[in-house]
Amino acid sequence: MDYPRQSMGSAGTGISMKKLIAQFGPFFGLLLVVGLFSIDREVREFFLSYANFKIVLTQTVIVAIGALGMTLIIISGGIDLSVGSVIAFTSVVGALLIQHAWPAWAVVLVVIAAGGAVGLLNGAAIAGLRMTPFIITLGTLGIARGAAKWMANNETVNYDTSPINQWMTTANPFDRSLPPGAWVALGLAVVTAVMLRRTVFGRHIFAIGSNEATARLCGVATVRNKIYIYVLAGCFFGLAGLMQLSRLRQGDPTVAVGVELDIIAAVIIGGASLHGGVGTILGSMIGALIMATLRNGSQQMGWPTYFQEIIIGVVIIAAVFLDRLRQTRTD
Amino acid sequence: MTNFSQPPTARLKLTGISKAFGATQALEGVSLAVGAGEVHALIGENGAGKSTLMKTLSGVIQPDAGTMELEGIGYRPVDTLEARRHGVAMIYQELSLAPHLSVWENIVLGDEPHRAGWLNRKAAQEQARQVLARLAHDHLDVDRPVGTFSLAEQQIIEIARALLMNPRVLIMDEPTSSLTKKDTERLFGVIRQLQGQGVSIIYISHFLEEVRQVADQFTVIKDGQTVGTGRIESTSLDEIVRLMVGREVTELYPRRTAQVGAEVFALGGGLQVRAGEILGIGGLIGAGRTELLRNAFGLARGSRSSPAKRWAEGVGFLSEDRKEEGLMLPLQMSENVALPKYRQLSRWGWLRTGQVADAARRWIGDLGIKARDGNQPVGELSGGNQQKVALARLLEHPAKIFLLDEPTRGIDVGSKAQIYELIADLASKGRSVVLVSSYLPELFGLCDRIAVMSRGEVVACRPTAEWTEQTLMSAAIGTAVA
Repeated sequence: MDYPRQSMGSAGTGISMKKLIAQFGPFFGLLLVVGLFSIDREVREFFLSYANFKIVLTQTVIVAIGALGMTLIIISGGIDLSVGSVIAFTSVVGALLIQHAWPAWAVVLVVIAAGGAVGLLNGAAIAGLRMTPFIITLGTLGIARGAAKWMANNETVNYDTSPINQWMTTANPFDRSLPPGAWVALGLAVVTAVMLRRTVFGRHIFAIGSNEATARLCGVATVRNKIYIYVLAGCFFGLAGLMQLSRLRQGDPTVAVGVELDIIAAVIIGGASLHGGVGTILGSMIGALIMATLRNGSQQMGWPTYFQEIIIGVVIIAAVFLDRLRQTRTD
Repeated sequence: MTNFSQPPTARLKLTGISKAFGATQALEGVSLAVGAGEVHALIGENGAGKSTLMKTLSGVIQPDAGTMELEGIGYRPVDTLEARRHGVAMIYQELSLAPHLSVWENIVLGDEPHRAGWLNRKAAQEQARQVLARLAHDHLDVDRPVGTFSLAEQQIIEIARALLMNPRVLIMDEPTSSLTKKDTERLFGVIRQLQGQGVSIIYISHFLEEVRQVADQFTVIKDGQTVGTGRIESTSLDEIVRLMVGREVTELYPRRTAQVGAEVFALGGGLQVRAGEILGIGGLIGAGRTELLRNAFGLARGSRSSPAKRWAEGVGFLSEDRKEEGLMLPLQMSENVALPKYRQLSRWGWLRTGQVADAARRWIGDLGIKARDGNQPVGELSGGNQQKVALARLLEHPAKIFLLDEPTRGIDVGSKAQIYELIADLASKGRSVVLVSSYLPELFGLCDRIAVMSRGEVVACRPTAEWTEQTLMSAAIGTAVA
């Protein structure tokens, strides 16, 4: 006869402080950041204006679209450090095509495909050859950046004009409408969120991130799915590159250095976990807004750029720390 | 091969299954026959080949030779999905659920009802509820993340997932190792229900008393071969153990006359440990026994002492979680054994690897550890051997006072017997052993005194002869204080 052996699992309770923070945390973070820059009266006047709102939103587009792809990767338990280089690479590709008088629609397709191609490279190495995402994408970071500089001959790629330039323009301060780029980002966010919640593929992304061994045991084609995830994310990064091209109106191979930090921070602030299995599109979008607001606000305050870099670094550490706090189970 | 009876027409028949991994022959000519609606226990030591056999059956690996037949038709799955489609499902010891996903998502994972990729949530939720109803558990909220449920409930959810494809054969690997008595009874109820529905169940467990309760037939595997099969009710426990271990294990618990000396260590909770004694600590999980031991070893926050100090004083501690805390799995056996002594085994900071290797070799011999050599990573050893390595570390030190937390959990009978002998031997040499255990026979068979904890406090401490299983249980639950 044995002792009763009690189970060690913890049963879920109802609404807890932890759950509230997890759900609304990113939003409170945004309010906090906005509040921070609204303290100074002089800065506040322009900071809280609609014109600035438009600027921040437009500045968010690139990070937001990147964060869409990154969210998929992080939920599945992976990471992609090469996004900044991919943005530079794809924007250079786009600029070169425009230079050679390719029609806009073709440019869009090829640029997105270029991003997807890098994603395929990443995905194949990570899923197929079972290598750690951190190292692989670190390698691709260098490869893509180098390729961008090579194709651009180590200088900026200029062209006359292109309809693509209109996507990210905020030139007209009296125009109340948002630039097309912002709408594209918004629309894509909605589509991606629906995909994550409502399609088999979306649920498989969560399953792979939550417990990859289990997913495989259940017959989920984990290798194939992971490749799809990196390719899809790569397409998003290519689109972000297109937006970058539109904003700069030239192909610059040195652009977007370090933007991967903004993007990853956005996703983590938004509630995703680096361990995988958790994450929301809404959270990542708010996270992207927070990052853009931080940069914008710092500029308004007249802080030098190196100060911005320090702040962003602190925010990233804080975000990962928060992530760890969220993960601690109640024993 | 000892055959005790002829099984009726078998639904599942494995014949001559062989599988080798490199130079190791994991299975050799193994046979197994399971009838419809039968609960068939698969018994064997750790490393005997049970899990390899089940992996072959469930499609995880392919056998090198042999045939498998389901309802008379050849059966050779290439992966787990195909095995499940043919009606063979396996539930692993380490639950394979995705904790962040909801109950219904876990249940339909890999086989979700969908329209061209678009998930059909309503249908999936309905499927989940239906299959949970089969297990009398449809009161579970299918939308909650699986990680928020208790282990017992998670196990039901995993069984539900296996049931979704209407399996004809269900394999359960150590299903009760983390369950309370009540949950175990509930699980047996579920098993009987499934039996009634015609499902054949292959039940793998180390708890032979439970096997007697729930199984009809049994097969014993030893060193990759079938050594015996027959009906449970007509075979004695001794007979089964003899088949498992290959020798007479008449006395699982060594006979000893205790020679107890002076008090040598204050354990906390008012308990004093004496030289040459084996002190058992019983109680329900959550009663605080592990905390008591960890405190004594200086592991609690705000403790005055520390593990380093305790080591120096000759106190050794064996955690109940050997994978996470007891051993460094990727490291070699010799490193695991000698780590606390590195300073002594080094000169000017330079480690003398020869002495480290000597230490390992000594214990491989003395404790009968089945390993290639001292350089083998501990993670590759079986559970029983891993525990021996963890004990070797304490012995090598050498410790004088041993704090052991559930030292024989999840270990096969043969290794258990060896560890019991070791503990008795330590006591006879004047060392002291404190043994936390949830296994009553172990406490009664081995200890001189048994202390019982309940709700964080020591409620009683008496010589073993003054306890009965009933009074001990009562004290643990907190009802009687005789």
